[in-house]
Amino acid sequence: MAKAKVTFEDINQTVNVPAGTRLIEISEKVGAGIIYGCREGDCGTCMTHVVTGWNNLTEPSVLEEKVLRENMANRHDRLACQAQVLGDCTVKPA
Amino acid sequence: MVEVTSRTGPAGAVEIAPGVHWIGALDPALRTFDIILRTANGTTYNSFLVRGESGVAVVDTVKLEFAEDFFRRLESVADYSEIRVIVLNHLEPDHSGALPELMRRAPQARLYISTRATSMLKALLKPKEADRSFEYETVGTNDEVSLGNRTLRFLHTPFLHWPDTQCTYLVEDGILFSGDIFGCHYCDNRLFNDRVGDFRFSFDYYYGHIMRPFKAHVVEALKLIEPLRLTIVAPTHGPILRDRPRRYVTHYRELSTSSLTERIGNEDRSLVVFYMSAYGSTARMADAIRAGAEETAGIRVSLYDLEGGETGPFVDLIEEADALAFGSPTINGDAVKPVWDLLSSLAVVNLKGKLGAAFGSYGWSGEAVRMIEDRMRGLKMRVPVPGLRLKLIPTDDELVECCDFGRKLAAALVGGEQGRVIDFSELG
Repeated sequence: MAKAKVTFEDINQTVNVPAGTRLIEISEKVGAGIIYGCREGDCGTCMTHVVTGWNNLTEPSVLEEKVLRENMANRHDRLACQAQVLGDCTVKPA
Repeated sequence: MVEVTSRTGPAGAVEIAPGVHWIGALDPALRTFDIILRTANGTTYNSFLVRGESGVAVVDTVKLEFAEDFFRRLESVADYSEIRVIVLNHLEPDHSGALPELMRRAPQARLYISTRATSMLKALLKPKEADRSFEYETVGTNDEVSLGNRTLRFLHTPFLHWPDTQCTYLVEDGILFSGDIFGCHYCDNRLFNDRVGDFRFSFDYYYGHIMRPFKAHVVEALKLIEPLRLTIVAPTHGPILRDRPRRYVTHYRELSTSSLTERIGNEDRSLVVFYMSAYGSTARMADAIRAGAEETAGIRVSLYDLEGGETGPFVDLIEEADALAFGSPTINGDAVKPVWDLLSSLAVVNLKGKLGAAFGSYGWSGEAVRMIEDRMRGLKMRVPVPGLRLKLIPTDDELVECCDFGRKLAAALVGGEQGRVIDFSELG
């Protein structure tokens, strides 16, 4: 299975994960500082800034884009409960 | 003969400044608000009407059950056809309850809400209402709406205490319609802070339960509010603050400032270790964890036996701590009640970003540590070091392990974790 390296900048730790894993699952297990609320892409609590590897995550859905907009997301912010890892990236809490 | 005034207040609107009226409602019988707050003498739902040369603005409405009072007071000073602007500073049902009916009666009015309020607006209105494409506009800091000779200016003050909250400033008059900020559950038909009874307790109690979890956001809001000229602060609950309104702004600043920083400096990172111990084993673990953590420079460790304290002061300690460690034995497959009591009393403080850790001695199954870790994660804390469980009485080697646990926790706290690469499967 394809693997990807996800680096959590706030705790300076990198995790090797199977491609397709959601960011929130990794963050939660490794104890990074990304927090979550509803876990279904609605509340915006798990907003995460993608420092590098923006293109190595699944495309945001229309719903995710709407929630990001409503929560005044910056460029390259994603919802950790929605974004799945496809390749190497570095993230930190937004 | 003594005249006893109605607890539900005057029949009509009450002028708070020329052309600015209170049109809210009094709810003296309420004893519990939002499940979490006691309200010994009820509350008020304050809404206001501002008359300008080119139309009328209504700022906030009331809880649905009090809509009749609101409309009666509104009608005493304006006609629905004059309303051009409706502002909702906060969409919680106690302020938006009369909104659908108000919009029905004043269909020409445009609604102004904060940028974060859109989804809440749709969720609050009945589907039937949401289908109606009534006009609304989202606004942010420094956006303005003119009423001719008067200007409403918006301040984006999110998370006080919902994501959508904002304040509206009546520029020419120096009146701040502050939403729930500076509010309190205190019902007194004399309405103004210089006329009502002693509401200091209610003011601080309200802050403690509603605003305290959002102190960082209070500080951000104060940056917008403090520079304003303020003649009146008009919150959505409790007395209208017309006598020395700035005192309340200053008081919010004091309440939102860290007392740990004020009193003992901000140089060290603070780790608080709470524990309960039946036979002294978890207590010995706590001592060893403290010893290990203290080896790291820049860490201040405090050790507390939950058996000897009360929840309130412990919550205060937790609020200002950077990391928390909970030690509990496992009794009948669970952590002990004082641990849960404390871990279920933390809704009033912001735990985001704090580190958490759990440890404990156990007899045969040892579930407590995992359960505490799960709870801490649920409270949005980061659990950087896997919990430490020891069977019954710790040996010397196991106490060394406890010291090491403390060292790791301290390292995580001062950011000394090395850039490790971990495989996902290792994380369990």
